[in-house]
Amino acid sequence: MNGLDSLLTPLIRLALALALAPLLLGVVNRTKALVGGRRGKPLLQVYFDVAKLLRKGAVFSTTTTWAFGLGPCLGLAAVASALLLAPQGGLPGPISFSGDFVLLAYLLAAGRLATMVSALDTGSSFEGMGASREAAFSALAEPALFLGLAALAAHRGGLSLHAMLAGSAPGDLAALDPAPALAALSLFVVLLAENCRIPVDDPTTHLELTMVHEVMVLDHGGPDLGLIEYAAALKLWLYCSLVAGVLLPSLPGGLWPDTFLALAVILGLGVAVGLVESAMARLRLNRVPQLLTWAAALSALALIFKVWEAGN
Amino acid sequence: MELFLCALVLILAGGSLGLVLRGRAGRLAGPLGILAGSSLGLAAVLRLLARHAYPRLDLAWGLPVGSFSLGFDPLTLVFLLPCFGLGVACPLYGLGALAHSPERKVRGHWFFFSLLVAGLALVAVARDGFCFLLAWEIMSLSPFFLVSFSDEKLDVREAAWTYLVASHLGVLALVALFAWLAGAAGSTHFDALAWAAPQLTSTWPLFLLALAGFGAKAGLAPLHVWLPEAHPAAPSHVSAFMSGALITAGMYGVARMLVLLGPGPAWWGGLLMGLGLLSALLGLAQGLAQGQMKRLLAYSSVENAGIVFLGLGAAHLAARGGLLPAATLAAAGALLHVLNHALFKGLLFLGAGAVLHGAGTVEISSLGGLLKRMPRTGALFLAGTAALTALPPLNGFFSELLIYLGLGNAGLALPPAGRLAAWGCMAGLALAGGLALAALAKAFGLAFLGEPRTPEAAAAHDPGRAELAAMLLLALGCAGMGLAAPWLVTVLAPAAAQVAHLPGMAALDAARDAASLLRTVLVAALPLPLLGLFFWWLRRRLLAGRTMGSGPTWDCGYARPAASMQYGPASFADPLASALGPACGIQHDLARPQGLFPRQGRHRVAAPDLVLDTVFRPAFGAALWAAEHVKWLQHGRIPFYVLSILAALVAVLAWVLA
Repeated sequence: MNGLDSLLTPLIRLALALALAPLLLGVVNRTKALVGGRRGKPLLQVYFDVAKLLRKGAVFSTTTTWAFGLGPCLGLAAVASALLLAPQGGLPGPISFSGDFVLLAYLLAAGRLATMVSALDTGSSFEGMGASREAAFSALAEPALFLGLAALAAHRGGLSLHAMLAGSAPGDLAALDPAPALAALSLFVVLLAENCRIPVDDPTTHLELTMVHEVMVLDHGGPDLGLIEYAAALKLWLYCSLVAGVLLPSLPGGLWPDTFLALAVILGLGVAVGLVESAMARLRLNRVPQLLTWAAALSALALIFKVWEAGN
Repeated sequence: MELFLCALVLILAGGSLGLVLRGRAGRLAGPLGILAGSSLGLAAVLRLLARHAYPRLDLAWGLPVGSFSLGFDPLTLVFLLPCFGLGVACPLYGLGALAHSPERKVRGHWFFFSLLVAGLALVAVARDGFCFLLAWEIMSLSPFFLVSFSDEKLDVREAAWTYLVASHLGVLALVALFAWLAGAAGSTHFDALAWAAPQLTSTWPLFLLALAGFGAKAGLAPLHVWLPEAHPAAPSHVSAFMSGALITAGMYGVARMLVLLGPGPAWWGGLLMGLGLLSALLGLAQGLAQGQMKRLLAYSSVENAGIVFLGLGAAHLAARGGLLPAATLAAAGALLHVLNHALFKGLLFLGAGAVLHGAGTVEISSLGGLLKRMPRTGALFLAGTAALTALPPLNGFFSELLIYLGLGNAGLALPPAGRLAAWGCMAGLALAGGLALAALAKAFGLAFLGEPRTPEAAAAHDPGRAELAAMLLLALGCAGMGLAAPWLVTVLAPAAAQVAHLPGMAALDAARDAASLLRTVLVAALPLPLLGLFFWWLRRRLLAGRTMGSGPTWDCGYARPAASMQYGPASFADPLASALGPACGIQHDLARPQGLFPRQGRHRVAAPDLVLDTVFRPAFGAALWAAEHVKWLQHGRIPFYVLSILAALVAVLAWVLA
């Protein structure tokens, strides 16, 4: 791969991520519909939704202040800047350095704080409830994420996301190494929790009392909601590309075959999310911490395995 | 050195003049003297840091023990920064905040404040054990008079008393530590101690004594019990100084002992990491449960002290494992976190003080909607919140990133036990990050957003110019330190090398590498604010000219929402509290409405300190019980006393002969 390609490829992948992220949500929804025996929304529904929302006006509560706008703006800015760091299927992201996973996690935390602040700004008890649950679940998902990435770092011997996720799946399979699989499973649970999917949260529920993420944006409408929906799609794409990094083999094939394979795995993960959503019921709220602890325990197991291996 | 001494003289002169002068001059002399002296001190420290100059000074000393030796080295200079930095901001705030307090109290207050600042600075520069302990006592005693400012209140008196007891128990360990060291060295001068300590057969009891004595001051769990009592009781600028600068004396003490005792065994690092992690997690679990803003912030100081110790421990462990870059990263991260914590915790305590002044209370359940009523305080408090929760590109993120990097590099290369410790601490630090976000979102979100829960909160107002200027200064510091992080890491390299016993050149090289890494990080973090501003502009642009409605918050169809129906502090903490279980220590006092004609129910939620209630109170009770049961020895009959002395002498003689 020559110099121009190595500069261009991450940018092309980034552009693809920005363009295709809403499609991923469409894939999830379509999978759920098909499994449920329905035809479902159009694949491109999220694009239509965002486009329509951006063209609308808005109603603001008299309780709110400028902090109400932080959630949509900083939420999207956080996910978009995190996407700059995410490796896209075996290749480094546009910016890659040792320890970039910490920045990625804290950028997402910044978006989360902004969303929580916006929710609390409305003074609604429902939105306070959502913020409280989001704070709890994301705090408990944090160790699972870091342990999963730590296991991959110990596996591959590097501290950048690119090193951790540089597709080595065939080699791992051949070596019957359980660590990457455990870490991938744990990261998949974090994906479900952070993107408010079943079994942690139900994005299509109709009862506010049971919501986590959706209830935080009840008062947002118009362009605000459009930014939030797009940010949610990007966030799902971001986590899917992290998990895809563990699952992907690296191809010597060059730019386009690699890119198509990465897209296929990411969209395949969308199908997997849809299948999980179709097959499972939501967990009771007080069981969610147990799920996240299990995810952290799986990663810890992978990590201990790696450390034990290095010690021998 | 001269500049530094002038600064000390100016600080003490300001405080003493305030005692003598009357009226307006008396009110102003104290804070202005401390402010001017601290600015001068800050200039002196920065000059020495830039020149890598480490002067020393020995003065005549009229006492038979010890010597009056002062000196600078990289470690001292780093720890002088929070002292003088907050020495500028806190008096500025206090100048406005105490403008209407009785003159009698204010004059004494500034006198003891000047003693505190000067004592803290002397602790950092002392180069003799005796001189150090003397400065330590001055520094430890003066906060008692500062905390008890509102001594007409019972809980304030009790908090001051708790502080006094805790700091004296800490000093006990320190006196034992220095007596032991001086006995071995034959002198109390630090040079002699540093020469003698590595030749002792076992230095670990000294390390444990240092950890107990200095850890109690630093707020290291489980010795943190005085922080959540003293910080809320003190006037807010005193809380800010105590939390941002005073507790760094404990961190300095541990770091100084790591230097003096020589490179110790690897388990010292493991112990520091373990206690640091315990502090970070316990502090946040308990902080999350608090309903009072200043108590919550005090627990967050316990957390941040934990992060500093975790970094120091990781540096020690990595250095003993021969990983110089990892040790440099962790040590520089810990030292940077000391400075960062002084800035953002100072800012948050001053913000809490502004809330106390404006709304009359810091009970979160009585606040709400303050952002509309105190917009400037609210924005500054939000900035402090973002810095404390380590959100990029503010300062807190960079120190935590350095510690993460140190842990990660250690996790890749240490022997297995060290690897597990490093990765485990990394996961713990990540959990602490998530918990900090929850705790601070609670403090800011429930107090400043939504609708006011009481009429007092509805009538809140921003404080005066001096208070706002002090907060703005610290907020600018938080942003500036974030942008300057790549440069700061090279400035901190000599101190990091000193505390982890690394060769200076290797540490400097590692710090240069870290600096270029941090520049990349800065580039990668800047899109967040820039894109945020872009989307803000886009949103304004899209909404311009469109139909915009306004109405009450849509509460799922409920027509008449009331302020009291908003999510409160106890309910906000509940999901995490029930997941964390007893670590939060929440106690419910629930009386359900009962009977056919129920009259009233009651639900009170409290979160008293776990360690104070389960360890210290029972321990003090046991000590008292033991004292009660040996009281019969003290009967007042001289012949029996003489007999017991004789028996003891005979016993000792027999032991020596045997």
